[in-house]
Amino acid sequence: MEIGQLNANHAAFLLQGAMWTVVLSAIACLGGGVLGMGVALCRVASSRFLRGASGAYVQLVQGTPPLVAMFLLYFGLPGIGFDVPALIAAGLALVVNVSAFLGEIWRGCIEAVPRPQWEAAECLALSRIQRLVKVILPQAVRIAVPPTVGFSVQVIKNTSLASVVGFVELARSGQIINNSLFQPFVVYAVIALVYFALCYPLSRWSRVLERRAGSWRRRPAGLATLAAP
Amino acid sequence: MTDKDPVVELRDVHKSFGALKVLDGVSLTVARGEVAVIIGRSGSGKSTALRCIDRLEVIDDGEIVVCGHRLTDAKLNLRALRQDVGIVFQSYNLFPHLTVAQNITLAPVSVKRVSRAEALETAQAVLRQVGLQDKADAYPEQLSGGQQQRAAIARSLAMKPKVMLFDEVTSALDPELTAEVLRVMEDLAASGMTMVVVTHEMSFARRIADQLVFMHGGRVRETGPGDILLDPQTPELRQFMSHELHAATR
Amino acid sequence: MELAGVATVAGFVLGTLCAVGLRSGGGMARLCSIYVEAIRNTPLLVQIFLVYFGLASLGLRLSAFVVAVLALTINVAAYTAEIMRAGLDSIPPGQIEAGECLGLSRVQLYWHVLLLPAMERVYPALASQFVLLMLASSVCSQISAEEMTAVANHVQSETFRPFEAFIVLAGLYIVLSVLMRAVFWLLGLALFPRRRRLGTAL
Ligand SMILES: Nc1ncnc2c1ncn2[C@@H]1O[C@H](COP(=O)(O)OP(=O)(O)OP(=O)(O)O)[C@@H](O)[C@H]1O
Ligand SMILES: [Mg+2]
Repeated sequence: MEIGQLNANHAAFLLQGAMWTVVLSAIACLGGGVLGMGVALCRVASSRFLRGASGAYVQLVQGTPPLVAMFLLYFGLPGIGFDVPALIAAGLALVVNVSAFLGEIWRGCIEAVPRPQWEAAECLALSRIQRLVKVILPQAVRIAVPPTVGFSVQVIKNTSLASVVGFVELARSGQIINNSLFQPFVVYAVIALVYFALCYPLSRWSRVLERRAGSWRRRPAGLATLAAP
Repeated sequence: MTDKDPVVELRDVHKSFGALKVLDGVSLTVARGEVAVIIGRSGSGKSTALRCIDRLEVIDDGEIVVCGHRLTDAKLNLRALRQDVGIVFQSYNLFPHLTVAQNITLAPVSVKRVSRAEALETAQAVLRQVGLQDKADAYPEQLSGGQQQRAAIARSLAMKPKVMLFDEVTSALDPELTAEVLRVMEDLAASGMTMVVVTHEMSFARRIADQLVFMHGGRVRETGPGDILLDPQTPELRQFMSHELHAATR
Repeated sequence: MELAGVATVAGFVLGTLCAVGLRSGGGMARLCSIYVEAIRNTPLLVQIFLVYFGLASLGLRLSAFVVAVLALTINVAAYTAEIMRAGLDSIPPGQIEAGECLGLSRVQLYWHVLLLPAMERVYPALASQFVLLMLASSVCSQISAEEMTAVANHVQSETFRPFEAFIVLAGLYIVLSVLMRAVFWLLGLALFPRRRRLGTAL
């Protein structure tokens, strides 16, 4: 089976690229998730310093395009004497980016748990940590599932930026194939299709989850619609 | 210790929210085993007074002593205070992700460090007390409003508090459901629990009150046995009573 | 810079039209929804290449700048459509009936009763979307459209000081995003007097 002059070898190469896209997405989501959890907790901490510092972190990271962060890590660091492999540079840039966005999304989810729940837990003599861990977070997690799944779509799309630092994921493998085929439109159309196949199920799933989240699971306003291009 | 030694004591308590003076020199003493009922118009500061007793609000001036805890102390042990005080709100505030039994055992297990088995036994006991013994494994959203409120009362009771505070716990309920919650509270009062109750149910207030407190404009205007409702001394209480009468017959 | 500006305005108009299309039902809604889903589930980088090479294979030779504007517009319009649709859906049907009873024409109805209030509701989401677009315009450096990232790339290849060049670049983007938020906030105050006076969201 051939599309244009795309043959099975090309397909295998693309598949490999797609696999690296998935791997990079997983790294970004896991790393960014762990770090983002820290960010979210700092954003709702009782310490004013932690709140301020994490707020500044979010502002800085959200104000920097992930592409520029990758340039900085991949081309910039060698300039001051640190060599960084493409996977690390791209992975780190994405982890930091994801942590800031997920941190903000999750902060919204924590704050969406009604205040009286905090108060009721306080009246039962639970410590602040116990209130957070045993009462608030379990409720926040359920609120957080749909927007988090939705955000993972942004992560997958953002991994395409790793191609600019030469990391051979889906978009980059398309460029490489194109260098031998000179049929850019066909090649990129196929690439777009593969991305769509990766992302669309997640988008759909997040929408289903969102619709299902009824009764007490209140959703912070505006989160579902906030998305990175 | 005598029967009369005070569990809750407010002395000349002042509290403002911004420019709004909500408590304007409130004094109140509730003895062990006594039931104090606070009535008054909406906005007269009843909830705020109750919240101050559990230190959910910090007072500006005056003094509050609850079960030996001086709330204005810099070294106040908040969590110890909260173990001695149970509070139930109008909006039940059960934890929706936990079953009724888990709601009830959460605090005893994580705060008082009692074993899970013992906590469950206590849970069974308090659930029986509020007539919900068969609802231990239900989630809050599966219960009616009245059942949720009784579960919330059970959750507070499981901490074996020395005083219980109730803030208009029946205001969100139908008359029928109200009755079942009030019955639980009456049983509780009969069992000798010290209680401070804010309510709009006048006949219930008269029935249950050892001490009835009428608040108006952030002050205690009248206080005495339940029967002061029959013979108001101040025009404010007289007006309030006629208002309530109209509301009840409407 | 102008890149993001032009794309924002064009994308907003196109996206709003598309949102109206999404609600119209029938084939039009189908078409709009396919467009929105296609854009939202593929990376901007790939979209840019598709537009760039797609136009070229049609024999159109446009400057990189025009291509970049086109691609960004197509991209942001899809996100705008989704946001505006959420806004339109949040207008209670009673409002529309009330408007009809007042004898407003269809256009008047759409403008006064639906679009403006919907926009007010989703304004914060729109604003952050446009800030994200500004940041995303960095990707256009990949088809050598002359924007900030491409310039920084030049600078670093001439000075051999990539670290400094990209730090400055990141700083510029951060400043720009803060500025943009401020501008959108002021614009919001100017556009929506109700918000200014009451200080509450609709
Ligand atoms: N956290 C707060 N911040 C600002 N104002 C408050 C706050 N809590 C209460 N108030 C105000 O204090 C006043 C007294 O409130 P409070 O809730 O104590 O009245 P209440 O007697 O319980 O009334 P109700 O019967 O309606 O419950 C009200 O005017 C209320 O608006
Ligand atoms: Mg009240």
